[in-house]
Amino acid sequence: MPLIETKNLTYTYPGATKPSIIDVSIKIEKGEFALITGPSGCGKTTLCRCFNGLIPHFYQGELKGEITVAGLKIQEHPTYELAAHVGLVFQNPENQLFALSVEKDVAFGLENLGVPREEIRKKVDWALKLTGIYELRERTPTELSGGQQQRVAIASVLAMQPEVIVLDEPTSFLDPLGAKKIFEVIYDLNRKLGITIVLVEHRLDLTAKYANHIIIMDNGKVILDGEPHEILNSDEARLVGVGIPKATRLYQILQNDGIKFGGKVPLSSEEMAEKVKEALKR
Amino acid sequence: MIEAQDLHFTYPNGVEALKGISLTIHDGEFVAIMGENGAGKTTLVKHFNGLLKPTLGKVLVDGVETTKVSVASLARKVGFVFQNPDHQLFSETVEEEIAFALKNFGFSADIIEKRVTWALNLLGLTQYRRTSPFMLSGGERKRVALASVLAWDPTILILDEPTIGQDYQQKEKLRQFILQLKAQGKTIVMVTHDVEFVAECNPRVLLMRGGKIVADGEARKVLTNPEILEHASIVPPQIAQIFIQLSELNLDFPKDVIDVYEAREILLKTLGRRNQ
Repeated sequence: MPLIETKNLTYTYPGATKPSIIDVSIKIEKGEFALITGPSGCGKTTLCRCFNGLIPHFYQGELKGEITVAGLKIQEHPTYELAAHVGLVFQNPENQLFALSVEKDVAFGLENLGVPREEIRKKVDWALKLTGIYELRERTPTELSGGQQQRVAIASVLAMQPEVIVLDEPTSFLDPLGAKKIFEVIYDLNRKLGITIVLVEHRLDLTAKYANHIIIMDNGKVILDGEPHEILNSDEARLVGVGIPKATRLYQILQNDGIKFGGKVPLSSEEMAEKVKEALKR
Repeated sequence: MIEAQDLHFTYPNGVEALKGISLTIHDGEFVAIMGENGAGKTTLVKHFNGLLKPTLGKVLVDGVETTKVSVASLARKVGFVFQNPDHQLFSETVEEEIAFALKNFGFSADIIEKRVTWALNLLGLTQYRRTSPFMLSGGERKRVALASVLAWDPTILILDEPTIGQDYQQKEKLRQFILQLKAQGKTIVMVTHDVEFVAECNPRVLLMRGGKIVADGEARKVLTNPEILEHASIVPPQIAQIFIQLSELNLDFPKDVIDVYEAREILLKTLGRRNQ
């Protein structure tokens, strides 16, 4: 059974005249690294809010269709119950942090679940180290930079070791090296611990190479859904205006010029440099 | 023109954020300020509109020291668009938000109406005219914040992380838009982490680290120097990375390629020959 499954999911915010997501039917399998992308306002964030029950429990409005996450129908389970299965990291860390110290913020979710003290200590330290903020553990989150705050938000979710982590543009506020490190941490959690990742991102240059499933949305609907190399090489993906990675673009342009490459379309600079090296050997 | 002369700034809590910055930004220049989190980028640009005043040294805007004029009068000249739109937005409708500063500057009602309509149209927000900014997505709220500043037509525009939450098409529009403002003679200073966006714009890049400027030059030169970049927590753009990886082949490729079409020309020459 897929870890996340929606069938004809349609949702309208209270007071809105039209639905924000329309007839969304997707499956995300356990252990996948799924990337959700599409123009801003396409419904990506709204869809993510369904994954942990924020919709409909907090936002209310009208939800039609079916959605199950980790075997639970979200309409029938309160958000605190879903929180043990699904961790959500928001776009803007300021909306998520509130405690007086970094470690208290990271420990908050575990304390609420009644986890024993020593175990909290262990998990919190583990999450702080993975996100590179162990040294900041006694600082106040509000006095940290935007990038450091986002690491705290990610650590808070990591500490809960949920089955799926949903991240909504988690590195927008990080410097490029910081962003790369966070994506590598997320990728590691996916590969080594088998945690399912759902990542909402515009910047495919930075993220496409980690994903094994991509979902492209436009105007509230899913328009493309499949394997990233195939999807990102399609004309539809280019036409809907998602930012195809530059390496992929270069490959497509050179192919149009009549240069022959073998194998899969590249999604990263490493893959593209390999293609060029192979072509030069021939 | 913006000039900083040996600018130092220390926050009240003792954090030394700027440690001797000297620079000149000429009228009509397009400058990207890049560097790691905490390097002092936002602190630096907050000096350009007088939100912060130097602890030591000077900042001059069009020859006048920022300590000698009010923030309000500097604001007419220097528009500042914040990183987080929620720090800037507070009105009940998008239209009121954009009109707010214009009212404060004492423009007449018909000019306000014209400027608001113009700014809404420019940023594709006309359909949200009577919507609450807080009903909009993060990317849309960012455009409202930008529209509200552009509405009063400042000559210097400071954009703190303008591409966050913007999709590819909006970034492309933003790029066109910045180039258009630049063509009108406006000075644009942008703080950003978005290397791919900078690679597409090719502005002058000021690279900061630890409160100092560590590199200053054309994007294609600064963004292709791996040693300097790593020092400042920046990852080269994807096209530059490809050429860095190909440099081991010793094919005499140029070292400063950041553009897809330039990369195509170079690779086409080399690969085209072998394909025949």
